[in-house]
Amino acid sequence: MSETTGAHALIKSLEHEGVEVAFGVPGGAILPVYDPLLDSPIRHVLARHEQGAGHMAQGYAWATGKVGVTIATSGPGATNLVTPLADALMDSVPLVAVTGQVPTYAVGNDAFQEAYTTGITLPATKHNYFVTDVEEISSVVHEAFHIASSGRPGPVLIDIPKDVLNARTVWSEPGELHLPGYKPTTKPHPRRIAEAAEMIAAAERPVLYVGGGIIKAEATEQLTALAEATGAPVVTTLMGRGAMSDHHPNVLGMSGMHGVYTATSAMQKADLLVAIGVRFDDRVTGDPEAFAPFAKVIHADIDPAEIGKVREPEVPIVGDARQVLVGLLEAWGERETPNLDKWWTTLRNWQEDYPLRYDQQDDGPIKPQYVIEQIYEATGGDATVVAGVGQHQMWASQFWKFDDPRRWINSGGLGTMGFAVPAAVGAKVGTPDELVYAIDGDGCFQMTFQEMITAAEENVPVKVAVINNRAYGMVRQWQRLFYNERFSASDLGSGIDYVKLAEGMGCVGLRAEKPEEVADVVSRSLEINDRPVITEFVVDRDEMVFPMVPAGGSNDIIINGPEDL
Amino acid sequence: MTEQHTLSVLVEDKPGVLARVASTLARRGFNIHSLAVGPTAEAGMSKMTVVVNAPELEQVKKQLHKLINVVKITELDQHFAIEREIMLVRVNAPPGKRGEILEVASIFKATAVDVAANSITFQVTGQPAKINDFLDLIRPYGMMDLVKSGRIALAREPKARKLKATG
Ligand SMILES: Cc1ncc(C[n+]2csc(CCOP(=O)(O)OP(=O)(O)O)c2C)c(N)n1
Repeated sequence: MSETTGAHALIKSLEHEGVEVAFGVPGGAILPVYDPLLDSPIRHVLARHEQGAGHMAQGYAWATGKVGVTIATSGPGATNLVTPLADALMDSVPLVAVTGQVPTYAVGNDAFQEAYTTGITLPATKHNYFVTDVEEISSVVHEAFHIASSGRPGPVLIDIPKDVLNARTVWSEPGELHLPGYKPTTKPHPRRIAEAAEMIAAAERPVLYVGGGIIKAEATEQLTALAEATGAPVVTTLMGRGAMSDHHPNVLGMSGMHGVYTATSAMQKADLLVAIGVRFDDRVTGDPEAFAPFAKVIHADIDPAEIGKVREPEVPIVGDARQVLVGLLEAWGERETPNLDKWWTTLRNWQEDYPLRYDQQDDGPIKPQYVIEQIYEATGGDATVVAGVGQHQMWASQFWKFDDPRRWINSGGLGTMGFAVPAAVGAKVGTPDELVYAIDGDGCFQMTFQEMITAAEENVPVKVAVINNRAYGMVRQWQRLFYNERFSASDLGSGIDYVKLAEGMGCVGLRAEKPEEVADVVSRSLEINDRPVITEFVVDRDEMVFPMVPAGGSNDIIINGPEDL
Repeated sequence: MTEQHTLSVLVEDKPGVLARVASTLARRGFNIHSLAVGPTAEAGMSKMTVVVNAPELEQVKKQLHKLINVVKITELDQHFAIEREIMLVRVNAPPGKRGEILEVASIFKATAVDVAANSITFQVTGQPAKINDFLDLIRPYGMMDLVKSGRIALAREPKARKLKATG
């Protein structure tokens, strides 16, 4: 290859890693990169805010399993990326972020649009780089993609000063990776696996407790096989929705703070938890001292630091979730499925006694859960669902039945309001043939709805349902339950005209205000596929999410509905 | 006092690696007794000696291992490691007390590195316990200033292996 610039070399490197799309916003320090981008086959999606660009890259990564790429300029461009980076770190999403930096001679001088990007993002990334030599670009990009996508996936940031981007270089293929300190253990220890299989065979009340790690490792098939071989029930975390089909009889659903009664209680009564690709998050465990008090624990994760962080397991297993499951299946061998009839009788009775429920009156206000069920019915469940953060997120997780992995995208760990709209755009860019339906709250929507302009401009026909309760519903719920109904700063007032707003942004806007209008609005939204659609559902603002275990409480004490208050 | 543990951490000598280690320790709220860093025998590598309180030991090791530039972490058994600190201490030493103070110092092989009208500055190296003993004896005279390096440590060569090699 002939001589070129650092910026061009960067683009070559991204192409070399197989990048098809990048989401970004240009600016002074990154301008050298935007010039050769014009001639590259890489599609650039121009977000309206760097936070949006970052969440788009996350949505893309979730939906496709590939590394999401985002580009921003120095200073405010980079600081705007901090939220998606922190979000991706929490939820183990593979991202590579490229940021421009002020020229090397100006670094450290408080130059215009200078921020200490690698310092600011240090605790918000799996790793980051400050590139000082144009010759490093090829190898740094290669390392960044490797680190982002292997082991426990996560975000990696590359910060490059403008003079390095402008420097002359000859691009060459990256050499062998040299990362002496980075060798993720993927293959589980056979002795641990054998111990685990013995414990599962001996258990009377086992529960497979599985999360996002299953989805990252693409281990759905193996998980299903293990559940069937052992006869054990399966509980998923919020991040693990879709790890195994909700239609499978062994799947009990999500546990924890707003989990279904049977899933949460199964863990409380279990004598064995087989935890795979999960991290015993406080939203799952409630008070960790009171969590699963009778259970021995097998904990398998690719990140050794997760094992023993919250709960000391009897059998720790470090390894990739799929390899762990393959190992367990082999170790299980030809064993007969244990007789767990007694356990299943208990579980089935709970399911019957404590189903998810809500009460939609024909002449009453629209119930948010009803909207989600209507979208589910109309799509036959064949959609990628993207949620914001709040009540609507919990209802979406509870009332949607997920059949496949990568079709539930949300911000679980960081709980970032405003995630849904941009993440849906990114998911749709990555999987244009899939129906992508965001289920968002009005509060969340108002944090990032400008990315609907991106969707319209870029021809990304996503659909967004705004569950409009004219409030920060989840905040209101807590204020109702724990602050004597003193609704401080949780009322969003009369709100906005979503139909007009949609039209103003080049989208289609639809609205349902009565229960009988819901089905029609949903079906009309499904007929429009040449433009993004915003469907507003004006819902009952007093509806609360149940079941609920108050924060920090014992999972033995579940509030099943208003009558338990 | 809770039991302390000494970790020897081999890291790639990359810009910002100390900040990464320090940030990880701070972020996780670990109680760090001391941290010393410097070059090591292997080119391109540095070695850090981190002294931590016992309850946090496992998580400290695991969290540090998540850093891409951390290559190896060895926990040093205090009985089989050479542990050293260096201290500079300036002691109040009016002419009448000088002889006494120098006597104490000589027992500990503390070297007088700076002498002024009313003070002496000593340099002491050795095991952390020895340094603390010296401090206890010198404190009554009045300390004017004090600075200590973090602890550095190296595992001893295992004797058993040496014997086996010959036999
Ligand atoms: C960026 C951010 N700021 C604040 C919060 C705290 N918070 C959690 S849920 C919530 C309300 C969400 O309101 P809305 O989007 O309308 O959803 P609803 O709960 O009404 O379904 C708030 C403010 C958050 N999670 N993220």
